Amino acid sequence: MEPKIVLAVSGVLFALGVIGVLLRRGAISILMCIELMLNAVNLAFVAFSRMHGATGQVFVIFVMTVAAAEAAVGLAIVIAIFRHRQTVDLDGLRILRG
Amino acid sequence: MTALTTTAYVVLALLAVLSALVVVWHRNPVVSALALAFNLVAIAGFYLVMDAQFLALLQVIVYAGAIMVLILFVIMLLNLRQELRGRDSGLLQRVLGPLLGVALGLLLVRVLWRSVTSGFAPPSPEFGTVASVGRELFGTFFYPFEAISLLLVSAMVGAVLLAKRRL
Repeated sequence: MEPKIVLAVSGVLFALGVIGVLLRRGAISILMCIELMLNAVNLAFVAFSRMHGATGQVFVIFVMTVAAAEAAVGLAIVIAIFRHRQTVDLDGLRILRG
Repeated sequence: MTALTTTAYVVLALLAVLSALVVVWHRNPVVSALALAFNLVAIAGFYLVMDAQFLALLQVIVYAGAIMVLILFVIMLLNLRQELRGRDSGLLQRVLGPLLGVALGLLLVRVLWRSVTSGFAPPSPEFGTVASVGRELFGTFFYPFEAISLLLVSAMVGAVLLAKRRL
């Protein structure tokens, strides 16, 4: 029963992260929802690792490292956006729109 | 599995899902960030209950301790106000997006629910310890380990460069 609970939470958290990325307007809020999705995946990795061996935990370490790197670069981009437009509202960024 | 551990799983599940709802729903980015920190600690609790002690500590130190602090610093520096409710996107996007997200959630939960047939077996005594994870990391995954250290260096350089006022 317990693996089912953990994996169900992982699925729900991932779906909530997706909904957040689709609905939110602020750049930082979207980054936070992406972190939520990454954590949901980490949770699933650890649950399966508990059943099958230590490899899943190594993948969690890799995902955490990539998430840290992505958060740093993403926040630097947010700061650069803010410096130009005094807002982080992503709905106004439509220069590349066709 | 005793009833106590099952209760722990259910309580952690409720905490994680409720804090995730606050992250996705609340307009104030500071409240969102604090709810996300709570969620990350709840997930660390999950790791602990599943005997992955090293990962629980890493989760608290790296995620709740470093990444969330970084996010809160940026929110504080940018002095963000309440986030506006989406008005520019059409009704179709505002309804269809969450609908498809819920459909994705249902699909994921159904598939994952059916993918396991038994409960957790008792773990080997060295499951989740630093030694066992380290043995795997520096043994089978040695090249990816070196690759992510290069990734971290390039991310550091990139973050400093992107945030500079003038190049």
